[in-house]
Amino acid sequence: MSDLTLPKNAAAPKKAQGEFARFVGRFLEDRVAVFGLALISIIVLLALFAPLIAPQNPYDLARVDIMDSRQPPGAKALDGFTMWLGSDGVGRDLLSGILYGLRISLMVGLLSGVIAACLGLMVGLIAAYFGGRIENVIMRIVDLQLSLPSVLIALILVALLGKGVDKIILALVVVQWAYYARTVRGSALVERRKEYVEAARSLGLSHTRTMLRHILPNCLAPVIVIATVQTAHAISLEATLSFLGVGLPQTEPSLGVLISNGFQYMLSGKYWISFFPGVALLLTIVGINLVGDRLRDVLNPRLEK
Amino acid sequence: MTRPVLEVENLATHFFTREGVVKAVDGVSFSVGAGEVLGIVGESGSGKSVSGFSIMGLIDPPGKIVSGSIRLNGEEITARDEATMRKVRGKDLAMIFQDPMMTLNPVLRIDTQMIEAVLAHDNVSEQAARSRCIEALSMVGIPSPAERLVAYPHQFSGGMRQRVAIAIALLHRPKLIIADEPTTALDVTIQSQILAEVQKLCAETGTAMVWITHDLSVVAGLADRIAVMYAGRVVEEGPVERVLENPQHPYTNGLIGSVPSANPMGQRLRQIPGSTPSLGRLPPGCAFEPRCAFASDLCRQQRPAIGPDSGGARVACHHPLSRARAS
Amino acid sequence: MLAFIIRRVAQALFVVLAMVIIVFFGTYVVGDPVWMMVPGDATQDQIEQVRREFGFDKPVHVQFLLFVADVLQGEFGRSYVHGGSAIGLILDRMPATLELALVALIFAVVIGLPLGVFAGLKPDHPAARTIMAGSILGFSLPTFWVGLMLIMFFSVMLGWLPATGRGPTTTVLGIETSLLTLKGWQHIALPALNLALLKISLVIRLARSGTREASLQDYVKFARAKGLSPKRIVGVHILKNIMIPIVTVLGLEFGSLVAFSVVTETIFAWPGMGKLLLESIQRLDRPLIVAYVMVVVLLFVTINLIVDILYSALDPRVRLAGKNE
Repeated sequence: MSDLTLPKNAAAPKKAQGEFARFVGRFLEDRVAVFGLALISIIVLLALFAPLIAPQNPYDLARVDIMDSRQPPGAKALDGFTMWLGSDGVGRDLLSGILYGLRISLMVGLLSGVIAACLGLMVGLIAAYFGGRIENVIMRIVDLQLSLPSVLIALILVALLGKGVDKIILALVVVQWAYYARTVRGSALVERRKEYVEAARSLGLSHTRTMLRHILPNCLAPVIVIATVQTAHAISLEATLSFLGVGLPQTEPSLGVLISNGFQYMLSGKYWISFFPGVALLLTIVGINLVGDRLRDVLNPRLEK
Repeated sequence: MTRPVLEVENLATHFFTREGVVKAVDGVSFSVGAGEVLGIVGESGSGKSVSGFSIMGLIDPPGKIVSGSIRLNGEEITARDEATMRKVRGKDLAMIFQDPMMTLNPVLRIDTQMIEAVLAHDNVSEQAARSRCIEALSMVGIPSPAERLVAYPHQFSGGMRQRVAIAIALLHRPKLIIADEPTTALDVTIQSQILAEVQKLCAETGTAMVWITHDLSVVAGLADRIAVMYAGRVVEEGPVERVLENPQHPYTNGLIGSVPSANPMGQRLRQIPGSTPSLGRLPPGCAFEPRCAFASDLCRQQRPAIGPDSGGARVACHHPLSRARAS
Repeated sequence: MLAFIIRRVAQALFVVLAMVIIVFFGTYVVGDPVWMMVPGDATQDQIEQVRREFGFDKPVHVQFLLFVADVLQGEFGRSYVHGGSAIGLILDRMPATLELALVALIFAVVIGLPLGVFAGLKPDHPAARTIMAGSILGFSLPTFWVGLMLIMFFSVMLGWLPATGRGPTTTVLGIETSLLTLKGWQHIALPALNLALLKISLVIRLARSGTREASLQDYVKFARAKGLSPKRIVGVHILKNIMIPIVTVLGLEFGSLVAFSVVTETIFAWPGMGKLLLESIQRLDRPLIVAYVMVVVLLFVTINLIVDILYSALDPRVRLAGKNE
């Protein structure tokens, strides 16, 4: 469609298309990665359409009956539908709970990832582009943060901030941004020394324009790679915090909250309340990591040689 | 006539890679008598190092010895399993590698690396092994060997490390040493010291030696016989004087022409035109044909077999130089 | 070498100072702690009294300086919940946490190293592929969920190992440990395995790539040419070479084991300082949180410092690189 409005640029999208096709082709060569991609796609679709698929709306108190609580997988609910994965401590159908929980887990993970990526990109670009003292201060902070384990930072933050979706997202952003900043600065430093940046500068382009239009696009490949790893990490970390009771509140039942709720029934052998949400969490993380592994192989030109 | 220490007959070692079969060594024959030094000369990729590793039984997948025979003191060793072969390695057969910086394990002390070599084949006390190591170190000219024994490799210079490697090779007084370009990585002055040392030691102990190199001038003063390899085959083999003074294969002739000291001062060095062919795709005829000034249709169609000439040597060429010049 | 050490120590002090500032202002900004310390029906006078008692009535910068002075003396105030000295409570629980982290570290090496070396020696073997797939899974598995599954499988279903608590402790050379009794080992087995999970995957990867790299080196071929047995080549020549990076990485990872033990200790009711931290977070027991953070940061900085200095002492290249900075 762009070639209708901008006929003189018709060659550019074509070339980009060719490169994109090559990239997709390389990605699809690996069967494990394709499996991961399929897994993620299914999970995302399930989460998106949860209200249509789920046998029960677990938030609708009128539909949830306490008499249905702690039923094993395959039991019939009082409403007549089969609870394939059993039910939890207050009688919610576990499958429905997981589908709705996925929405929250994915939302928190993605949102925090996007915000952290934007923040990290900006800070990393600024550090690389301006250098000197600004870069020094930024990189000191990044190093300081990366020298401490993320779980510790997140715990301290939620201890200070308290519970709530917004606070968890903030904590996850703080945990992640430094990885983006470091990566972007690394590749931006390489790009900055290249001739086209000199050329852009000598044409009198503004700093912002040079950074965003010329350096940024060339730093995106490594950012995409760490974005997958970091999103998986964020989802896992949110689940961990929620499990520990310092993450999301009961009113936002992410997978971590579901697992946490099942913990007390574990010792009496009612494993499914914790088990199935954990499997959903695991599949999500494995899927993202498999895709991320392949992306790293395909996008990293150093490994290609 | 006594039996040669090492007889290699029609050895072929191929590498089965994804891109196809690379015939790194393809029908090579030579033999080495006791106390004799055979120099194997060739460019990189000519199969000289692979020949050396084949004899040691150190060819790893995807490489494999596909045919031929290697006899040590008349005994076939190609068919031996790994455990039996291990008993020979380091004891009857020793090897010195190209880069002394890489052959000694950087994180182990010299004594660890030497004593384990003694104990691998002889059931002696550690004390006895240690004194044998000291003896071997002083044999190769390392001063105050007892103190140097407890040092780490990085505390030695390159030349000293190669002496240590040679000392390890000599520990069991092997019948044959394979030296794979052992002086290439060293300074020229140290190179000549090591050469002199090795020559003396071999003469003293009666050890036979295969000296692999790309440098004709190194083997000129050292070897008794020379085998020139090209693209996985021996193209000319014979006593050192005959091969160097009267080369019959155009490739040998070209190699000699490119040695600086063999040429009059102030004259341009000759080079062999072209480069080594890819071992995966050799021409059907003589492998040297594309670079050869004397190539004929016969050379393009038929690979020359190696055959004896009049002077006790063998050459694989349809148009040996003496005759080519005559005609 | 001395310049290098001085620079590293200065860096370490910078990190500690930065953390002191962050922790202080973090807790200061978050809200008035007085409300957590007084009963709900307290009068204004009572509130003011508590405020004065804890020094909350002073200006920020004075409070900060007092805080720094306290930190320098190792004084973090009294726990709101337990009443005792915060630092004392943390230090009481520290041996249990260190014991857990240490056993996890040992598990990581004992389990991860052989698997990684095998995968490195025979990269195309089906078992090696399984090991590598397992290590990818190990990176993806959420630690806390694996903990639950361990309890379900080994404690609930099989009944082999206890799910909670620490075994009886004995005091050896002033250190309290549960590792001298069989019961102690039974109690620590599951939590330590849980905590070790990520590090096992890490060691497998490091050992595999190290082994693959080392086995292509000339010194391995030379060792074979000496007629050494494969056992000796792998066990001495390769292992010694890959151990330096693995030990370095694991040294640095010890701090993260201590941090992660918050999760494991909570699941397995292990009476360490991580569990105490979580309880403190839930009860907003500020002095305990601050004391924990400072203790762990100090632990981290010290470990990093020691590993860095040791490494540079072992490897001359690091020192040279440092000079060129």
